[in-house]
Amino acid sequence: MGQGIFLRSTLHAIGTLLFVVLFNFFLFRVVPGDPVTRIARSEGLTLEQREVLAAEYGLDKPVLAQLPGYVASTLTLDFGSSFGSGRPVTKEIGERVGKTALLVGVSTIGSVAIGLVLGVYGAWKRGSAFDTGSMTVSLLLYSVPEGWLSLVLLMVFGAMLGIFPIGGYRSTSNLTGFAYMTDVLNHLVLPALALTLAFVGQYAIIIRSSLLDVMGEEYLDLARAKGIREEHVLWRHAVPNAILPIFTLVFYSFGYIVGGAVVVESIFSWPGLGNLTYKAIASQDFPVLQAAFLLTSASVIFSNLVADLLYGYLDPRVRR
Amino acid sequence: MAEPTTGGAGPTTRQLARARRRKARTGFWRDFRRNRIGIVGLVVLVFFVATALFAPLLADPSGLSEATAQGRPFESPSLRYPLGTDEFGRSVLTLLIWGSRISLLVGLLATVGAMTIGSGVAIVGGYYGRASDSILNALTNWFLVIPWIPLAIVLAASLSPGLLTVSIVIAVTSWAPTARLVRAQVLSVKERPYVERARGLGAGNWHVMTRHVLPSVFPIILANTVVTIAVAILSETTLAILGLGDPNSTSWGTIIEGAFAQGAITIGAWWYLLPPGIAISLVVLSFMLVANAMDEVVNPRLRRR
Repeated sequence: MGQGIFLRSTLHAIGTLLFVVLFNFFLFRVVPGDPVTRIARSEGLTLEQREVLAAEYGLDKPVLAQLPGYVASTLTLDFGSSFGSGRPVTKEIGERVGKTALLVGVSTIGSVAIGLVLGVYGAWKRGSAFDTGSMTVSLLLYSVPEGWLSLVLLMVFGAMLGIFPIGGYRSTSNLTGFAYMTDVLNHLVLPALALTLAFVGQYAIIIRSSLLDVMGEEYLDLARAKGIREEHVLWRHAVPNAILPIFTLVFYSFGYIVGGAVVVESIFSWPGLGNLTYKAIASQDFPVLQAAFLLTSASVIFSNLVADLLYGYLDPRVRR
Repeated sequence: MAEPTTGGAGPTTRQLARARRRKARTGFWRDFRRNRIGIVGLVVLVFFVATALFAPLLADPSGLSEATAQGRPFESPSLRYPLGTDEFGRSVLTLLIWGSRISLLVGLLATVGAMTIGSGVAIVGGYYGRASDSILNALTNWFLVIPWIPLAIVLAASLSPGLLTVSIVIAVTSWAPTARLVRAQVLSVKERPYVERARGLGAGNWHVMTRHVLPSVFPIILANTVVTIAVAILSETTLAILGLGDPNSTSWGTIIEGAFAQGAITIGAWWYLLPPGIAISLVVLSFMLVANAMDEVVNPRLRRR
């Protein structure tokens, strides 16, 4: 039964991914100024060195003739070497994926959990002081630029109070085992807090409105008429029916979280993918930028696919 | 252009249309005025727009020059410098006042761009249907999915830095939500009898799209504009903090970037870091409040919330 939607969503995701690959190709070649000149300018190369470099990246051929080679190397995950470090791009990225996943994972869980509590209790006690307060805070958090929020946290808790380290992933001293873990966690607190706060607002607002949609439903009155405790009605009858849009929202907003990670990682020098991207901008490191863009796009497309499939699985009405 | 008249003495159709629009506008304002939160947002916005417009009267533009800066670097707030000074000894208040111009201007330019692309894509795709709709709709969905910051970084890094580049980058990365909303409305409008009537009377595609479809989707575009300006101002800030802003002009975003890059964080120069962020948050919040209030006026269904 669910095979139709499974096939359609998967094909759609593959199509989108192919589009990203093509877009990536043209973006870096059609924009004014060719890449070799940009590299040559930044590294002061001679004419012969430029030609060797152009041949290495296949940039000496006409644009369309470069396409097959580009697609082949993209499919085999060969993104060339970083202009900055000279190391393979895949290696540069591989070392950082885990750190970004840690930051993004912790922040997502944090913002969803807090957003759920604020949104659910706000909707349940609509118009109460708690509701007004949590909605005000949510709207404020939504309006605050995440980069600035990160800097404020860094200044107050890092520089002024000195409670948390002002950046990086771990201390320079060689720690192992439990001490190493607490050290990393200590470094994780501020960036994770910044990213959590950046998303709590919009989650709380949407969760609240999603719950308000089911609040007037008759099955809740029925549950109350059966004498079920109010708390039980809320978490066992109302929330499960409101959870579906929330669930997909989290997957769909993955792209924004990844984007937010770029800013937060750059400010806290968290050595993840976002920080790598930030450094690549300054050094015009195009192989790294290209690969990072492809990878983030692919992960967002994948998380959207997961959302589509899970939605189809969780909501019987979508199974056609 | 000559307008057909309804008869000898009566008002022309154009006059009728004007009177109808005027009535709709006053009705909208009457409802909006009752929304106290929306009015608060509007007042804050008027304050910031006035600051931007009258910047030359409020602060001497020579205070923006790094060479002729009067103060010492990183002076804390005083009577002379109410918000202290930056690394060159420039008054942060002067930067803030002049920065409002660039931030609002980029927000506005980017929004005009996003609205033009978004409604253009939606109207053309929705109206023509078939293959063009499939392609344009796929494009819209793609831009909805793609993570905007990496895309903006790639675009901004490829183009030469400047105010226009920043605006274009934000426009290109933020038109998709508008296109999706407008397309849905276009699909419903184009089936209505008056569109069919216009076509029956010999109206061309361009005439129907600009004179019949566009006016009827315009309220949706307008309501979305307010939210998009807020998002655009936030986007400008993010790009500036990442060092992708216009290096030759001062916006609230580039002030924050300056504070970050010049070590205001480590020496605790809060007077340098806090004001631009507070200004951005206030403006964005006000735009959101106004957008909410407009939504409630247009959709009475929402009022119970």
